[in-house]
Amino acid sequence: MSQSQYLLTGLTLPDGSLSEILIADAQILQIAEKITPKDDLRVIDFKGAIVLPGLVDLHTHLREPGREDSETVLSGSMAGSKGGYVAVSAMANTSPVADTAGVVEQVFRLGQEAGFVDVFPIGAVTAGLEGKTLSEMGAMADSRARVRVFSDDGHCVSDPLVMRRALEYVKKFNGVIAQHAQDPRLTQGSQMNEGEISSRLGLKGWPAVAEEAIIARDVLLADHVKSRLHICHVTTAGGVEIIRWAKARGFQVTAEVTPHHLLLTDETALTYDPIYKVNPPLRTERDVMALREALADGTIDIVATDHAPHPSESKECEWQEAAFGMLGLETAMSIVYQTMVTTGLLSWQGVAERMSITPARIGGYVDHGQSLLAHTKANLTIFDPQSRTLVDRDRVASRSRNTPFHGMEIAGEVIATFFNGSPTLLDGKLLPTVRRSS
Amino acid sequence: MIHLLSIADLSKVQAISILDTAQELARVSDSPMKKLPTLRGRTIVNLFAEDSTRTRISFEAAAKRLSADVINFSAKGSSVSKGESLKDTAQTLQAMGADAVIIRHSASGAAQRLADSQWMSGSVINAGDGTHEHPSQALLDAFTIRAHLSFGKEDLSGIRVAIVGDVLHSRVARSNVLLLTKLGAHVTLVAPPTLLPVGVESWPVDISYDFDSVIEGVDVVMMLRVQLERMGDLFFPNAREYSRYFGLHAERMKKLKPTTIIMHPGPMNRGLEITADCADSARSVILEQVANGVSVRMAILYLLLAGGMELSQ
Repeated sequence: MSQSQYLLTGLTLPDGSLSEILIADAQILQIAEKITPKDDLRVIDFKGAIVLPGLVDLHTHLREPGREDSETVLSGSMAGSKGGYVAVSAMANTSPVADTAGVVEQVFRLGQEAGFVDVFPIGAVTAGLEGKTLSEMGAMADSRARVRVFSDDGHCVSDPLVMRRALEYVKKFNGVIAQHAQDPRLTQGSQMNEGEISSRLGLKGWPAVAEEAIIARDVLLADHVKSRLHICHVTTAGGVEIIRWAKARGFQVTAEVTPHHLLLTDETALTYDPIYKVNPPLRTERDVMALREALADGTIDIVATDHAPHPSESKECEWQEAAFGMLGLETAMSIVYQTMVTTGLLSWQGVAERMSITPARIGGYVDHGQSLLAHTKANLTIFDPQSRTLVDRDRVASRSRNTPFHGMEIAGEVIATFFNGSPTLLDGKLLPTVRRSS
Repeated sequence: MIHLLSIADLSKVQAISILDTAQELARVSDSPMKKLPTLRGRTIVNLFAEDSTRTRISFEAAAKRLSADVINFSAKGSSVSKGESLKDTAQTLQAMGADAVIIRHSASGAAQRLADSQWMSGSVINAGDGTHEHPSQALLDAFTIRAHLSFGKEDLSGIRVAIVGDVLHSRVARSNVLLLTKLGAHVTLVAPPTLLPVGVESWPVDISYDFDSVIEGVDVVMMLRVQLERMGDLFFPNAREYSRYFGLHAERMKKLKPTTIIMHPGPMNRGLEITADCADSARSVILEQVANGVSVRMAILYLLLAGGMELSQ
């Protein structure tokens, strides 16, 4: 069966040059300033839009198996496509936990069947996310899901010995431990960033040091055993300083920041609306500025969404009863554009690196995060920076509605996503899935 | 839509107006016929999702003296996981036609959630939310201080107040800091460093870890309740050491100026933060606070439901 051919015109490449892209057989066949169209070719004009290598998310909660009321692999995949993603990484805190080859293969297969994005399962570091014994990481690495990223996200691997052993063990298959840095004792019952706002609101504080102390310990451990460490969702200026220090010494550490931590602060808690309740918590303006700078200078390597769907009853309640987490996939690109590009902190090439090339490299996702070159997989994100989007929680592709950006007008819009040579999103609309996976 | 959620929402003029109204209404309480017809036909719900007999009966007495119909709704275990959600409770009260809901809740911000949501349309009065605020307590405290120490002034300017104890977990302290400083008083918080919140530096108060160095210069000593269950959370070594440094006892009481009054929001842990001889001394205005509570709560209900006073949007 011959696949459709597309000629995409009017595009601006990350380096600023104008280009046309010819897609056939799931590949970029040609990329040039002017391509002469042949027969049997669909020409789509994207005048004024930026083309990026398809976005890759290293931190996604798809909730399946177990909490299909809030998200499924399919609905999360669709949310990904709508946000310009071609690959997402399904976190392990499902029910059952993704701590065996069986569960990660199930999630991987569901992703293939959905066909909107590649779904790469993340394996749990410890059995049942309990922080006590190692999960069968080798079996997950050798499974069809080919897991390379391991995380107990939602929980910190707080026991230093368990963390050390995990870091050592994943060297066997060039894996990486993605740490949710949160000292559990310093954050018992914590609700929001500890500081001026929490003191007034009477909500239990979540000190920056609870995150920074774990980051400091783990970069030292990673260096000691010469393994790879990835720090999930960095939120504090102090955490950035420690990572900068570790990188300067050549430690194998990478780090991510979420879109919401690049934009929102703990002042949102003044509403007591738990739509702003997230783990790790929103911090201060000073932290936000430090995170933006760190993402610009490469201290923080990537943007990851920590897309965390929750049903409405988990948020329509008192702050302290509410669940932690917010949606992210569908708004990430615009938030990064708004906070990093329009502010002059990051070039489009920088965006391509932070949101596609580097996350794919950290995760070991071949076929993803390739620079836009002929004879590579046609995974593309097309973004119109002139457009403005009014975020509406009732019009999301996700099965949940917990976006903190509801009612906010954000800059730019993902207008098309190409996954394995076929559009999954065109004119801002999701296309019905045909089997696209190769 | 008018609510009383936080002292932060009140202007100084509004706060003084509540105190003045309470003073008028106190006369009703002193008369043989204790009832006014003002709120006849209005329904007020006491929604107490946390045990507090004193605050509930104080609000109940206040509402009844204004002839309102009072429904007591005690929803123990308010969390979604434990049973009925705040949303369902609010919608139930709305369906019953409540004109005002007085809410006591273990979650900080619960009153504001109720007011900001579309779950119900009546007035919301915060009767203590978690470790956030307890506005009516602060108003009755200010009323009591004014009665003793303002010498006819309408505000509390020049009055020095020490608030002593577990500030970290105290909604009474938060509301009092906001209100007393708004009314011109000078507030010093006295506590072990573990029981002061990080971020307290931004509050308009002085901080001291040394009760004895503060006690001689103040006009009001307000003792806070120490929750015995905090003892396991490493906030202080043990009850004896806490009492030694931060308790009010006879020795310390001797250092007070002759006019200084002793306050406590209750319920007291006699022997822990305050000894019986201090609590029962002539300086103690603790029972007056209780009596004034009814007048102040009458004023709040009167102004919100009948007086048309815009307390907050």
